[in-house]
Amino acid sequence: MADLRNDFAGIKSPNPFWLASAPPTDKEYNVVRAFRAGWGGVVWKTLGLDPHIVNVGGPRYGAIWGADRRLLGLNNIELITDRPLEVNLQEIKSVKRDWPDRAVVTSLMVPCEEPCWEEILRKVEDTGCDGVELNFGCPHGMSERGMGAAVGQVPEYIEMVTRWAKANTRMPVIVKLTPNITDVRYPARAAHAGGADAVSLINTISSIVSVDLDSFAPQPTIDGKGTHGGYCGPAVKPIALNMVAAIARDPETASLPISGIGGITTWRDAAEFITLGAGNVQVCTAAMTYGFKIIDDLVEGLEQWMDNAGHADLDAIHGRAIPNVTEWQYLNLNYTTKARIDQDSCIQCGRCHIACEDTSHQAITNMIDGERRFEVIDEECVGCNLCVNVCPVENCITMEQIPSGDMDKRTGKPVADEYGNWTMHPNNPMRDAAE
Amino acid sequence: MVDRYLEDGILDGRLDAGDYDGNFGDAHPPLDAHEAMVAADRCYFCYDAPCVTACPTGIDIPKFIRQISTGNLDGSARTIFDQNILGGMCARVCPTETLCEQACVRETAEGKPVQIGLLQRHATDHAMSHGRQFYSRAADTGKSVAIIGAGPAGLACAHRLAMKGHAVVVYDAREKAGGLNEFGIATYKTVDDFAQHEVDYVTAIGGIEIVTGKRLGDGLTIDELAKTHDAVFVGIGLSGVNALGVDGEDDDAVANAVDFIAELRQASDMATIPVGRRVMVIGGGMTAIDVATQAHLLGAQEVTIAYRRGREQMNASEVEQNQSTSKGVNIRHWMKPVEVTRSDSGSLFVKMEYTGLSGGRLAGTGKFQTFEVDQLFKAIGQTLEAGDALAGITLEKGRIKVDESFRTSNPSVWAGGDCTAGGDDLTVTAVAQGRDAAESIHAALSA
Ligand SMILES: Cc1cc2nc3c(=O)[nH]c(=O)nc-3n(C[C@H](O)[C@H](O)[C@H](O)COP(=O)(O)OP(=O)(O)OC[C@H]3O[C@@H](n4cnc5c(N)ncnc54)[C@H](O)[C@@H]3O)c2cc1C
Ligand SMILES: Cc1cc2nc3c(=O)[nH]c(=O)nc-3n(C[C@H](O)[C@H](O)[C@H](O)COP(=O)(O)O)c2cc1C
Ligand code: SF4
Ligand code: SF4
Ligand code: SF4
Repeated sequence: MADLRNDFAGIKSPNPFWLASAPPTDKEYNVVRAFRAGWGGVVWKTLGLDPHIVNVGGPRYGAIWGADRRLLGLNNIELITDRPLEVNLQEIKSVKRDWPDRAVVTSLMVPCEEPCWEEILRKVEDTGCDGVELNFGCPHGMSERGMGAAVGQVPEYIEMVTRWAKANTRMPVIVKLTPNITDVRYPARAAHAGGADAVSLINTISSIVSVDLDSFAPQPTIDGKGTHGGYCGPAVKPIALNMVAAIARDPETASLPISGIGGITTWRDAAEFITLGAGNVQVCTAAMTYGFKIIDDLVEGLEQWMDNAGHADLDAIHGRAIPNVTEWQYLNLNYTTKARIDQDSCIQCGRCHIACEDTSHQAITNMIDGERRFEVIDEECVGCNLCVNVCPVENCITMEQIPSGDMDKRTGKPVADEYGNWTMHPNNPMRDAAE
Repeated sequence: MVDRYLEDGILDGRLDAGDYDGNFGDAHPPLDAHEAMVAADRCYFCYDAPCVTACPTGIDIPKFIRQISTGNLDGSARTIFDQNILGGMCARVCPTETLCEQACVRETAEGKPVQIGLLQRHATDHAMSHGRQFYSRAADTGKSVAIIGAGPAGLACAHRLAMKGHAVVVYDAREKAGGLNEFGIATYKTVDDFAQHEVDYVTAIGGIEIVTGKRLGDGLTIDELAKTHDAVFVGIGLSGVNALGVDGEDDDAVANAVDFIAELRQASDMATIPVGRRVMVIGGGMTAIDVATQAHLLGAQEVTIAYRRGREQMNASEVEQNQSTSKGVNIRHWMKPVEVTRSDSGSLFVKMEYTGLSGGRLAGTGKFQTFEVDQLFKAIGQTLEAGDALAGITLEKGRIKVDESFRTSNPSVWAGGDCTAGGDDLTVTAVAQGRDAAESIHAALSA
């Protein structure tokens, strides 16, 4: 069985699955249930200084759904913990005492003044927890008070606060980044410069999830008004993956451990984050949607895949996809594919045809000799993959590489066998003077 | 159990009073809002969708299902009614397993089609129960059209003509409009007087006058109607019944299935309808299935359908057959009646001959079996019956011959539905033909 034990910035846990700082980790009661279910660690719901904040008394979530009302994206206007600091600290202490093998990290958000950080770090250290996560991410509410994303959007502040934190504790410091910026490498570099032991990302994305068409108010609606919230869940995974990869590929931060967060729902999602450089992963929405039991599939699925593929431990997959992430300009423009439809699994819904016909390259038939039939017209197919993406039957349409030397019927030229990218392309006015 | 359940003879009140409501309740209860959402989510919104091709009225099924899933139930109903103003009835009575749902790609994919019929009912029920009317009459054209027969064909024709601004008068021999929707369709498919609600819904557009108790051939002639109106549409269905052609079939205990069903459909209390303990039905179509099933639901203890050919040749779909056998009806194949006699005890003896194929043709085998029953139903098909009233109009295989625009050999007379040649004796086909005939009439009147 593959070894899933995880060492993240010196914090050990039996598996790489932590619950992200959020409602699932707001109380001892929840966290104990999570540990019983098998979660490797938690980042406790963000603590602040007393007097503790208050949450809205009305709805705090909104969502978007896919078919069968599967939750795809969750939006929230919740703030940090709304319980007294002392209560949280005592519970953290008790949980860590009872569950010494699990990771317990405490998330923090206090005003941008060193004494505040000094005070809270001292108190947190007393709990015996394994580390702290600085919440520079919350896009709503706290940011209006100069905390959360308001700090996370200014690299200088990140560096400064990280430095304070490092100066006031011996615990590992993880800096949680907001995605609400243009280039995530800058805040990551700032955290690194401030001495952070690791970064975690992404926090939620600023969003308005929907508008009530009767009251003309954003949802969730509180007494007729709404506000932007933070978006998370399966829909944000691609954004998070890209940001994780950007930090992992950046030479300045390549050595910085990354805790991957954002839309992780299945073991497959988790494995993808790890291959793009995440040292471990954190989960929030999936647990809030399905409960803690999903940990079984996360752990067993990852183990099974690793066993089948012969990966002994997490190091064997960590960062494996990073070398294959490149810039568009370095992609091989001579690589040629065509769609192929497996007629035996085709159920003749016609979606590939209409997608290609209306919006792409008119490369799929709908009728052959008066019979309903969907076939790829090689002369037109640019190999774009849209049909694969819209076909309801998995693997019914696949992309087949045209071997070099064979004719690409669309261009009427044989597929070149050498690598050729944009920097060398004759149409590129700024191409490298290779000759 | 009441004593009468086991008594021979043709008796009413065979069941406990409380059993009838359950027996004749909605066969396929409607989807609730959640079920409809789940069902609608399964639709792939196919291109040139095979389900649409399979629907005789060509309802844009992916569109109306998408409208359900986006919460636009009114729009969904309108999409349905655009093609089929009797979409509510069709949602209840169409053999979807041989029409749209058979063609659904999810039938191909998983053997479980999208529940098109039930979704259609969901949308149309919503619109009808909320009194949503989507159509209004165009400006009066000053033309009038006579329609004979207020069944699905006549009603669909009337509605489309009214939309175009023509004045429509619908004559029907019966005391109520609706045709077989009112007098033929199985009770449990169309509960709560739906057929009459639908007639009201269809005629609410205005410009449609329904005259009941007026029979073509009985003080009403085509020629006269053609004089007083600009065009005539004939949608009189099939009111004759095929005879068995065997001795003894005029016995009181031998009845036409369609008459029995009509009586049942009009009964306010099922307990008042007499039925045999042992019932035999001769036939293999929807009517045979319906009379057998409903006789059983009335309390007939032993019900047997006898069909002269095999299971595959039966006109009733496999689903229909299974529904009746699952309720306890017995279906026997390869036998035909040769003689009906009355026993001393008052029972009927139905002598059957086993049949088989000889050189590809159906033939008797010379082997016989006699069944003792209380009641025998004839359900071997209906025929066009209008006598001289249709003189001058060309028939084909005993039904009215029409061209592709449903015009008869008389240029001012159109026809559609069961009374025409080449149909498939389905409500939905009658609707399609009535509608298309109306378009043709409109084109002719506008020319
Ligand atoms: C028992 C039974 C069950 C059925 N079940 C189903 C089912 O589940 N699903 C399905 O799709 N189809 C079913 N059908 C078939 C379906 O009912 C018919 O195909 C459909 O009703 C045909 O419509 P129509 O308008 O052509 O004729 P009809 O519905 O027969 O209407 C004809 C109308 O014309 C009137 N009329 C007749 N003669 C005259 C005259 N001389 N003068 C004036 N008016 C006249 C009649 O009173 C009647 O109102 C069933 C049929 C039967 C008999
Ligand atoms: C209701 C809710 C409350 C959250 N509260 C916090 C918080 O207090 N501190 C924090 O760092 N992140 C908070 N988050 C963000 C999550 O920890 C996580 O970064 C984000 O939801 C993305 O992960 P996911 O897609 O798995 O949910 C919250 C998320 C949700 C849904
Ligand atoms: S790959 Fe793109 S161009 Fe080719 S058939 Fe599919 S959709 Fe059309
Ligand atoms: S989308 Fe897939 S299943 Fe549908 S017609 Fe195309 S190949 Fe067949
Ligand atoms: S065939 Fe089935 S899945 Fe396709 S549009 Fe029709 S109902 Fe929807």
